[in-house]
Amino acid sequence: MRSLFRARARRLPTAPALGAVAAEARALRVRLAGRTVLSEVDLTVTAGEVLALVGPNGAGKSTLLAALAGDLTAESGEVRIDGRPAGAWPAAELALRRAVLPQSAELSFPFAVEEVVRMGRAPWAGTAAAEADDEAVRAAMAAAEVAGFAGRSFAALSGGERARVALARVLAQRAALLLLDEPTAALDLRHQELVLRVCRERAAAGDAVVIVLHDLGLAGAYADRVAVLHEGRIAAEGPPGRVFDPELLSRVYSQPVEVIDHPRTGEPLVIPRR
Amino acid sequence: MSLLKSPGRAPVPGAPAGSADGASPAARHRGRRTALLTAALIAALLFAALLSAGYGAYDIPLGDVLGSFLHRLGLGGATLDRVGESVLWDVRLPRVVLALLVGASLGCAGALMQGVFGNPLAEPGVIGISMGSAVGAVAAIALGMNFLGNWTVTVCAFAAGLVTVLLVYALSRSGGRTEVVTLILTGIAMNAFAGALVGLGVFVADSAQVTQITFWQLGSLAQATWPKVLAVLPCALLGLAVAPLYGRKLDLLALGERPARHLGVDVERLRMTLVLVVALLTAAAVAVSGVITFVGLLVPHVLRMAAGPGHRFLVPGSALGGALVLVAADLAARTVAQPAELPLGVLTALVGSPFFFVLLRRTRRKQGGWA
Repeated sequence: MRSLFRARARRLPTAPALGAVAAEARALRVRLAGRTVLSEVDLTVTAGEVLALVGPNGAGKSTLLAALAGDLTAESGEVRIDGRPAGAWPAAELALRRAVLPQSAELSFPFAVEEVVRMGRAPWAGTAAAEADDEAVRAAMAAAEVAGFAGRSFAALSGGERARVALARVLAQRAALLLLDEPTAALDLRHQELVLRVCRERAAAGDAVVIVLHDLGLAGAYADRVAVLHEGRIAAEGPPGRVFDPELLSRVYSQPVEVIDHPRTGEPLVIPRR
Repeated sequence: MSLLKSPGRAPVPGAPAGSADGASPAARHRGRRTALLTAALIAALLFAALLSAGYGAYDIPLGDVLGSFLHRLGLGGATLDRVGESVLWDVRLPRVVLALLVGASLGCAGALMQGVFGNPLAEPGVIGISMGSAVGAVAAIALGMNFLGNWTVTVCAFAAGLVTVLLVYALSRSGGRTEVVTLILTGIAMNAFAGALVGLGVFVADSAQVTQITFWQLGSLAQATWPKVLAVLPCALLGLAVAPLYGRKLDLLALGERPARHLGVDVERLRMTLVLVVALLTAAAVAVSGVITFVGLLVPHVLRMAAGPGHRFLVPGSALGGALVLVAADLAARTVAQPAELPLGVLTALVGSPFFFVLLRRTRRKQGGWA
């Protein structure tokens, strides 16, 4: 009865049209602990594409992702998610629209893997979509390749396994905007590719995917668009082929790099000059 | 008693590797296990309550206890003789009911506290909230306050408990997390400060009041009466009724504050609500029984090992388990040293403290040190 009542009060999301604006930052400026971490950031995230955020350590990638998630309050400018200012959404309604993978996966109590993935379904409790819970959990565990240890305790997993369980939880949430903070950091080669393939699949299904990456090779191969952050600003933004300019990257990373095209696929490969 | 269960993590049923229908068998298995455990807890609780009602300095056979119950309910049975009837209804039963309420409140408060702090070592006694509530109660007695009649001590305990929870909460958090060391150290400081205030209360009080206050410091149910039951009933029932509604949200909170918010939990509101509920439950328990530690630590931990960490079972389960432990402990307190009576708080601390050592070491090992 209580859940029925709540479900009626919540505004459920409608499936976004391909190319619709899922989230955007306008003249965004964020200060954290007295330091300006982001300034004059303009960024549009559209449904159906994978957008990679790259840049050196401390450039503001994670902060931008957190701002797009509605975690931070802007000093000036604004972030809109699904057409509404991020701060105007109640937590319960925002959870139906965007899912966030944090940089590190922690858990205070030893829940089993399947229980952790099922937590991703919590926002839908009391809605019609709750009927798809089992199916969503199963599909998410299969996609992240964690079904093999579904019954094990999260506390007993390795770092890479935990990262994949966290990803499965985020996938199970089935939000139209996916924000992933370094999902590949703890993963082996095979699972890095797996995660980015999953991102592509979600984009093809109409979701908007924003992903913080350190590996420019992965960004070049899988992202539709890349935004290069440098000292809290967006230094360049566009398709990888255009953004991966040796001069720009050398300057941003303070490290001379070469960009060569892959002999077979033609994807841009970024290699430090040694 | 549930304490005797073998330690170590309960084996989690392994799901078929890579099978098509994921791990729903694991979930079903766990569901069956919690149902079974709930039934066992309720059965054990009823049995312990009946035993406690009948057993003591004046023994009343179980059959006669049941008979007297049935008679009062108008379902046949028979009354006991005058002494028996008086012992059962005026002495034993208020005590058993009070043990039930206090135990349920402490167990439930422990489970909530651990969920809110995301830390298995959080407990109202350990982190100083029980002692903080005791300050309120002692102040009410020592200053001879009576502005709310029967409820004065409870209300004062609640107010002081609430202030303490908020203080501990504010002092032990930094950057959205509660570190174990900070929490325990804050608890030590809080216990020391509250202990000093209680001492001050003893200093101010006259000798009759001192006797009354000493009872708080040891923790006991010996002075149970029906009016005392009535004094805590609203607090305890309100807290126990509200707590299970937050099971699912507490599960999400285990992921951390931000991820919980990403899943739609209004974390700040959840925290404040539950801190209030914890203060309510702790105050209810402390106002009538004094400081009884470790029940809220031990019960949720044992249940977590037996049925997993899901709060939808853990919160109501800990209330049941806490009630069982306290009814049993009170029975032991009044019978092991007959005709004398052990203070209940001393008994639970005797059993609970070694357990706390084990828990500390285990948490330390898991974290790889405190630093």
